[in-house]
Amino acid sequence: MIEALLDYEFIRYSFISGIVAGLIAPLIGTFIVIRRLSLIADALSHVTLGGIAFGVYLSTLFTFTINPLITGIIFSILGALGIERLRSVYKHYQELAIPIIMSLGIAVGIVFLSLANGFNQDLFGYLFGSISAVSMNDLILIVSIGIIVILFIFLLYKELFMVSFDEEYANVMNVNRWIYIAFIIVVALVISASMRIVGILMVSALMTLPVASAMRITSSFKQLMILSVIFGETAVISGLFLSYHLNISPGGTIVLVSILILMGTIILNKLGVSRNGGRNEEVPGQTQG
Amino acid sequence: MAEPVFEIKDISYTYKDKLEHTPALKNINLKIDKGDFVALVGPNGSGKTTLIKLILGVLKPQQGEIYINGQSSRRYKAGQEIGYVSQKSNSFAKGFPASVSEVVMSGLTKQKGLFKRFTKKDRDRLDEVLGMLDIGHLKDKNISSLSGGQTQRVFIARALVNDPSILVLDEPTVGIDNRHVKEFYEVLLKLKERSVTILLVTHDIGVVVDNADEVACLNEHLHFHGTNHEFKNLGEAELSKIYGFPLQLVSHDHDRECCI
Ligand SMILES: Nc1ncnc2c1ncn2[C@@H]1O[C@H](COP(=O)(O)OP(=O)(O)OP(=O)(O)O)[C@@H](O)[C@H]1O
Ligand SMILES: [Mg+2]
Repeated sequence: MIEALLDYEFIRYSFISGIVAGLIAPLIGTFIVIRRLSLIADALSHVTLGGIAFGVYLSTLFTFTINPLITGIIFSILGALGIERLRSVYKHYQELAIPIIMSLGIAVGIVFLSLANGFNQDLFGYLFGSISAVSMNDLILIVSIGIIVILFIFLLYKELFMVSFDEEYANVMNVNRWIYIAFIIVVALVISASMRIVGILMVSALMTLPVASAMRITSSFKQLMILSVIFGETAVISGLFLSYHLNISPGGTIVLVSILILMGTIILNKLGVSRNGGRNEEVPGQTQG
Repeated sequence: MAEPVFEIKDISYTYKDKLEHTPALKNINLKIDKGDFVALVGPNGSGKTTLIKLILGVLKPQQGEIYINGQSSRRYKAGQEIGYVSQKSNSFAKGFPASVSEVVMSGLTKQKGLFKRFTKKDRDRLDEVLGMLDIGHLKDKNISSLSGGQTQRVFIARALVNDPSILVLDEPTVGIDNRHVKEFYEVLLKLKERSVTILLVTHDIGVVVDNADEVACLNEHLHFHGTNHEFKNLGEAELSKIYGFPLQLVSHDHDRECCI
């Protein structure tokens, strides 16, 4: 693959997008997991599918093509705002927002796909990830999103930590409410950026599996973020190599490597390498995603 | 004349669910001046936590007004001036992957302001507060690996780290051993000397009588509000009326006895 990286532009593009996804997905994933929003990431990725189908459909209507990634981003941001809204409508049943938005996303996707006359190779790439489909335009979008996400987390780390750890206290201390909306929009952006490589169906796995693994062996939040990124990058890089050499779609290989890492940490944990005294049976979020 | 920090005017509050309406507070009037140490007492379910949440702006008043430093709680939140220990703080810390120092540091979030990062000075302040509560040795431990009382002290530290001028404490000493409770009240009295306003909910009447300046007894209505001496002299009959069951006040000077 090293030669391919040097020789083929499209492999380079995929590789760089993969590295970006392996960084930002687990980073934002730490906040998603501890805020118990793992399933929301899943719902949003299905809304992104609706947006992509819409983009594909629009392109069949007009003579020019519209990058479906852009309609995907727009849809997932709208979906994110919808989820926030529904979560405040169903205060005591916040998880209801998930099936509502998820089924809406899939329904919209199916309708536009049938209108656009079906299921082509492109779409297969969006669903399961693709190592050959990242265009220059995609790459620019993905890298820009990467920069936005990292700035967001770097600049608002304190506030994000606070609202994740103790929402009521954040409210008492008067931490700005818009941070919730900004957060969910950033989640939508991360999904769109990671989807090209990992695929819609497995995006939420890249956000949650590395975190679930890291949780078992860390004792501080900073450590959790760092370790999640290391696990995420390991999964993405080795997954891309496997995918290239075995000629299979990268989404599956990346997620399978993540699962292997997770199993490894569970075993390490059982052997007593954990830093937090083996108390992590109660760790939240592990069963989600 | 000291200026009032909190002014509660004719507040009523009812929890409204689809199925039932639970009245929690009725026509409460209460004024707390700057530098006062006020204890709020009353039986379980008497509305103490509800009143505190209204004061902090977590709940919006349905009737009446609350003024904080002269401004209505509907529009104004004290934010960084406040140190708050909530009644349930202990329960959600379980399983959270954060260290003690990260949790305590988060108390400085509002004071630092957006986009700012913690500095050496903040970390020094952190060490000072951890020392004050005797949890310095737990600094790098995972919050979910602590005991109940230790966790509670971590939350007290978070409330104190931003050097608040108003402290609102909802049963802060639950689960804390006698020695550390004693130390905690010493810390409170020191803060009081620096004219920090303290509103404390507790069931430990002995402590109230010994330390607080004023006592407010709540049970849906505000049944009593006066100095701790007046409270001490309340007859058994009056106390029993508030609590709804026979009760007598036991307070020895040295041996703090809990009677509720
Ligand atoms: N979220 C809620 N929804 C509905 N009713 C509530 C809610 N919180 C409290 N209540 C009701 O309001 C009343 C006052 O509750 P509150 O929590 O203020 O009591 P408290 O004085 O703090 O009691 P405790 O000493 O047990 O902490 C109770 O009757 C309680 O059942
Ligand atoms: Mg209470």
